[in-house]
Amino acid sequence: MNQLIAKSEIADIIEKVEAGERLSFDDGVRLFKSNDITTIGWAANLVRWRKNGNRTYYIVNRHINHTDICKNRCKFCAFSRSEGEEGAYTMSIEEIVARAEEYYADLKYTELHLVGGLHPAMPFDYYTGMLSALKERFPDVHLQAFTAVEIKHIAEIGGYSVEECLRRLKDAGLGSIPGGGAEIFAPEVRNQVCPEKMTGDEWLSVTRTAHKLGIKSNATMLYGHVERPEDRVDHMLKLRELQDETGGFMSFIPLRFHPINTDLANLARPRSGIDDLKAVAVGRLMLDNFPHVKAFWIMFGLKLAQVALSFGADDFDGTVVEEKITHRAGAETPEALTVTDIRRMIEETGTVPVERDTVYREVVR
Amino acid sequence: MDNLLEYAASGGRLTAGEILELLTGADLTELGIAAGLVCDRLHPEPVRTYVIDRNINYTNICTSGCSFCAFYRPPGHPEGYVLTTDEVLAKVQEAVDLGATQILMQGGLHPELKIEWYESLLSAIKSSFDVQIHSLSAPEIVHIADMSGLDIETTLARLQRAGLDSLPGGGAEILVDSVRVRVSPGKASTSEWTEVMECAARLGMKATATMLFGHVESLKDRVEHLIRIRDMQDRLNVFTAFIPWTYQPSNTALGGTTPGGHDYLKMLAVSRLALDNIPNIQASWVTQGDAIAQVALRFGANDIGSTMIEENVVAAAGVKFRLSEKRIIELIHGAGYDAAQRDTLYKTLRVHSRMESVK
Repeated sequence: MNQLIAKSEIADIIEKVEAGERLSFDDGVRLFKSNDITTIGWAANLVRWRKNGNRTYYIVNRHINHTDICKNRCKFCAFSRSEGEEGAYTMSIEEIVARAEEYYADLKYTELHLVGGLHPAMPFDYYTGMLSALKERFPDVHLQAFTAVEIKHIAEIGGYSVEECLRRLKDAGLGSIPGGGAEIFAPEVRNQVCPEKMTGDEWLSVTRTAHKLGIKSNATMLYGHVERPEDRVDHMLKLRELQDETGGFMSFIPLRFHPINTDLANLARPRSGIDDLKAVAVGRLMLDNFPHVKAFWIMFGLKLAQVALSFGADDFDGTVVEEKITHRAGAETPEALTVTDIRRMIEETGTVPVERDTVYREVVR
Repeated sequence: MDNLLEYAASGGRLTAGEILELLTGADLTELGIAAGLVCDRLHPEPVRTYVIDRNINYTNICTSGCSFCAFYRPPGHPEGYVLTTDEVLAKVQEAVDLGATQILMQGGLHPELKIEWYESLLSAIKSSFDVQIHSLSAPEIVHIADMSGLDIETTLARLQRAGLDSLPGGGAEILVDSVRVRVSPGKASTSEWTEVMECAARLGMKATATMLFGHVESLKDRVEHLIRIRDMQDRLNVFTAFIPWTYQPSNTALGGTTPGGHDYLKMLAVSRLALDNIPNIQASWVTQGDAIAQVALRFGANDIGSTMIEENVVAAAGVKFRLSEKRIIELIHGAGYDAAQRDTLYKTLRVHSRMESVK
């Protein structure tokens, strides 16, 4: 194999990967600019095997988007609404628990994934209240809730510091936080895509605080808009630095910009399966201190998500019941997959499906 | 495995055992790297191709009853249809207006239509339009011969005189009779399919070859199929391209599941490595969607197939991808190549430089 790789324009970078050396900013940029996706994938797969062996993870979970009312109204988001607008909703705590109840009997899911808009009026107690109500009803279910952006908002609503806010949410049952809202850290790109949102530094700061309190999280990267390869690598290196410091990240989740039905559709680059695989594979190669890389099938589609499992990803995500954010933006994937579907697709790649909980412990049923 | 991959990537001819070893033992990206090297050597210019064509399914009435097919209707079924010559000509006109250079007419094995019907349809198209008629798969040729009491060579020669230029590779499915009797017992056998290709070669006609996989066949059957095609090509030099595609189970009698993107890309790469005598390998966006079809251009495919202004057969099995010419060009550019529109025989008609889409 080495003889075949030796012909690649990125052979020197692959050598570093094989030797276990950390890749540089320039290496990352060259990888993104290279068209040799199979060689990049081969190297990423090598790292994936080193870290996770033949295991491919999935989770049985349920998403609940408790409100779509959002004061930010990021232009790329097809999900958010203003109060009073058609389609605007906010679930009461009772409704949230009832939603969670709907599938629990059948699925016995291990995670509830709660993400919503930045509601301008709901009080701090709403958030602690939903966590403790869910925890009381489902003590064994892990609550992964509120992106860094929401955390900052909830802290402001409650008049607390981010740290105090996170402490109180954790006491109420918060298990970990999802990786959303990271987008792309580079300010000039962020200003075009989501000027309404907290800065990259703020996102990193909230995440650092969470990690220091023992709250694990994931990290996303939104790509496929106006960002350059340099911006992607910068984003990854900032994540890598924070991970060196805290060790609190579990997985890296690349998300393709999916702006159908939004004002920013004109900023989107045409969908490219090769670029999707690159985001996964280069992520795996650059983020040498992240244990996991996720191929989020809702974004990628099933066929490409399956292929991504040979390009560095070791996590197929979950049987996501009820996902609205991507689907309002025109995703054509089904809204839910069965465990049988997921296991079959993983097995087809020659790896072993392992059901995990949120923090990547094997679930034995 | 490393040695085998290096041997395959250098263009060495693989035995059946070696092809099977690649299918079962090699990693996906390793196969992609090796197939990509072979593809680049056969097509060193940084250009990948597509054709503008229209599928016209002149009838859905079919006596074959293949269990993997969702398109056909048995004779007497209320949803059965046969297009009139005028309807076909109108479809050809629309296609030509959209830039089509190729017409891909295929239909069911109709229990009444004889060769005169096909001859008059072909000559009606040829007398009105300057298009390449890449039509009638081998099972249809065998059926027309049966219906008309003619041998295959006479049938093919008459159709050629009436305007038929080349044959699409459909109906090959898996060229192993133990598989064919299970999924398509009413269709041309392996030897009949082969005979059509032999006649086509003698008449100076070109054809493509396909493989439908992911239904009841074993990996060994897939390998046998590849070897059959390669042997035929050694003898006949008749195939311009090989097109593997995946079984689509919705609305079929056979049911089951469809192979994922992983199996598809693996099969595609192994096809490129195994078929050392076939110049072109086509990606199938119709069954795989645009993202995987683009990735396929880095797994051994040098052609993304056709724009398919109309496609009914795969659509009947619940899979409806639609791609415009613009999108096809975009996909090829996104894979790092210039995009070229080609004709049926892979002659370049127009090149769209990838610099056009660099922002």
